[in-house]
Amino acid sequence: MSAPATSTLSIRDLHASIGEKPILKGLSLEIPKGEVHAIMGKNGAGKSTLAKIMAGHPDYTVTSGDVLLDGESILGMEPDVRARLGLFLAFQYPMEIPGVTIANFIRAALQARLPQGEELEATEYYAKLYAKMDALSVPRNFTSRSVNEGFSGGEKKRCEILQMAMLEPSYAVLDETDSGLDIDALKIVSAGVNALRGPNIGMLVITHYQRLLDYIVPDKVHVMSDGRIIHSGDKELALKLEAQGYDWVEKEYADAQSAL
Amino acid sequence: MSLSATSEVSIEEIPPVGSTGVTGLAPRPDSSPSSRWPQWFQQDQQKAWETFTTLRQPKRNDEPWRFANLKAIDLSDFQLAGPVQDPAALIRRSEGLSKTCAKMIFANDEMIHRDAQGLPNNVLLIPLDQAACEHEDLFRKSFMSSEVRLGSKKFSALHRARLSTGAFLHVPKNVVIEHPIEIWYWVEGEQASIFPHTLIVLEEGASATVIDRFVSAHNERSLAIAVNDLMLGGNSRLTYVGVQNWSDKVTAFHLNTTEVEKDATSTALQMNFGGSYVRGESDSHLLGEGSRSVMLSVNPASGTREIDQRTFQDHFAPRATSDLLYHNSLADSSRTIFAGLIKVEEAAHETDAYQKVRNLMLSDEAEANSMPGLEILADNVRCTHGATSGEVNEDELFYMMARGIPAKQAAQLIVRGFFGTVLERLENEHLQTHLGTLLDRKLNL
Ligand SMILES: Nc1ncnc2c1ncn2[C@@H]1O[C@H](COP(=O)(O)OP(=O)(O)O)[C@@H](O)[C@H]1O
Ligand SMILES: [Mg+2]
Repeated sequence: MSAPATSTLSIRDLHASIGEKPILKGLSLEIPKGEVHAIMGKNGAGKSTLAKIMAGHPDYTVTSGDVLLDGESILGMEPDVRARLGLFLAFQYPMEIPGVTIANFIRAALQARLPQGEELEATEYYAKLYAKMDALSVPRNFTSRSVNEGFSGGEKKRCEILQMAMLEPSYAVLDETDSGLDIDALKIVSAGVNALRGPNIGMLVITHYQRLLDYIVPDKVHVMSDGRIIHSGDKELALKLEAQGYDWVEKEYADAQSAL
Repeated sequence: MSLSATSEVSIEEIPPVGSTGVTGLAPRPDSSPSSRWPQWFQQDQQKAWETFTTLRQPKRNDEPWRFANLKAIDLSDFQLAGPVQDPAALIRRSEGLSKTCAKMIFANDEMIHRDAQGLPNNVLLIPLDQAACEHEDLFRKSFMSSEVRLGSKKFSALHRARLSTGAFLHVPKNVVIEHPIEIWYWVEGEQASIFPHTLIVLEEGASATVIDRFVSAHNERSLAIAVNDLMLGGNSRLTYVGVQNWSDKVTAFHLNTTEVEKDATSTALQMNFGGSYVRGESDSHLLGEGSRSVMLSVNPASGTREIDQRTFQDHFAPRATSDLLYHNSLADSSRTIFAGLIKVEEAAHETDAYQKVRNLMLSDEAEANSMPGLEILADNVRCTHGATSGEVNEDELFYMMARGIPAKQAAQLIVRGFFGTVLERLENEHLQTHLGTLLDRKLNL
């Protein structure tokens, strides 16, 4: 392993199911701080399932394996505890929360990170919020709009990145953050993500289009199929997948399996 | 006879509340000479008392009382309220909106404060009894002038009979009152009864915002039968909010009639924060072409509270709009009842009428009853109505928790948001913020 266990997000032989249906079938991945990894894979491969399991969605059952954040297992923790430990998930389908404004939502999330009895400083909060909104070209009047309600696909995605920028996680999983974005929005969102890159954050970027990886250039690319990582490589792998599709990787993997 | 909560007496056995039942509320034999009301009104009150004693107590099979807890409306052990102990303290406690242009405070049906300095000269904001003496025609024309149609005829008669004072607002033609008028009604005393009354008359083109606040001085079991009548002349605008914050032991009736003339818009919100049994009746008459009535209610119910609301959207004129939105959240073993009727009379073609009730169930022991109704006698109308009940959405909860917000707080925020969507309909940011703060306090946010 390249990074010490204390500064990686480590997924170890993870098996998980929904109801009786197994979806993750022995998935392992190691994302050290400072790196950006991409997971690519067809629809239905289990990418969103992986993301939601890491975040602690109650619908999924982990049957074996572990997820360690900086060496600490997070599987027994409530979603909010994981988030406060530094894990962030940008949702593929962000929820609409009627009547809860973006400003109040993000403030509640930041407030939850403060020690009991300490109040978030309102002026500083708004200054920071507006600066991040400007950078992501989110109109300032969005602060008083309900979270994601009536937003376009692109607005929702930008709003996810806005939350990430405000919460400053140590590990971020971005699930199809590029879907539904036109090229201009894609550039804005990518710039927003790139601005957050650095030695103190590890990122896992989930996508099924290579296009995103032109803008968010990954350190490693993994191919996911049927609940497993079946191939890993560098950023060139994404281009090859774009040109040749997934069949060759799946075939290689199947051949390797049958050879065992 | 009075019933305790544990009594096994069935509903049919409740004695009719008549001359024998409600002695505590009977007119005092020596009343008349010192009354502030004109003679004709005192006679009117006599008749109302007779009506009250003649009408029988609602029964379980009476449609307007379906699902209601009839034990709660046995008024036999309530008394007329005496004077409050410390009016000055209540005046100090009457802190509401930061910016108002007039304020009236009533305590146990006596006016203890009035500040109308900020009102334009020709606007009247005076006690009801004074209005009856000095503006008899106006008063007669608008005071409880329409029939009580939603079930509380008997209790409305009691209100009329025992009315002592109240607020009368008259805004003349084209006068616009910029800031809100705030009216406080306090009740003090175990078993005390009060009869708050707000009568608002807007002449053509007038505009006003009024907030009624209903508060208990202490955590006592009292009775309030409150009436508000909103009379909107052509092209006028009224925003009316009732903030009901009685103690959790209070039995309360809040009876509303709204009459909207041509091109006028009434936006009325009732927020029920307190009370043990709260009966709301809201009867909107869309009288003029292009008139509009927005009927809103916010009900965070908890404990054993029962909120029983009956509504009527009655369209008489063409091209009018009524738009009802009631949001209830039900915690613990609280109950809500909603029965609403949209009626489109023959002449009322091109009506837009909407009715939406949403129940957010926060507990398995809570119970929500919804009975929407529709009666359409005209052509070419657009009506929608519906009631939904659901729990806090698990995916919304997960989304918020994934941001680090603990489950309990996330749920509270979702509930807060659920009510926030009703407050938005006021289209008044200042009011919205203020009422939002009250909600936050209620929901412990
Ligand atoms: N809530 C669910 N109930 C049943 N099956 C599910 C559920 N969520 C996901 N699945 C199934 O799990 C598999 C993986 O889905 P998902 O993780 O969304 O894939 P991806 O994000 O890679 O497109 C799919 O076959 C999908 O049908
Ligand atoms: Mg997916």
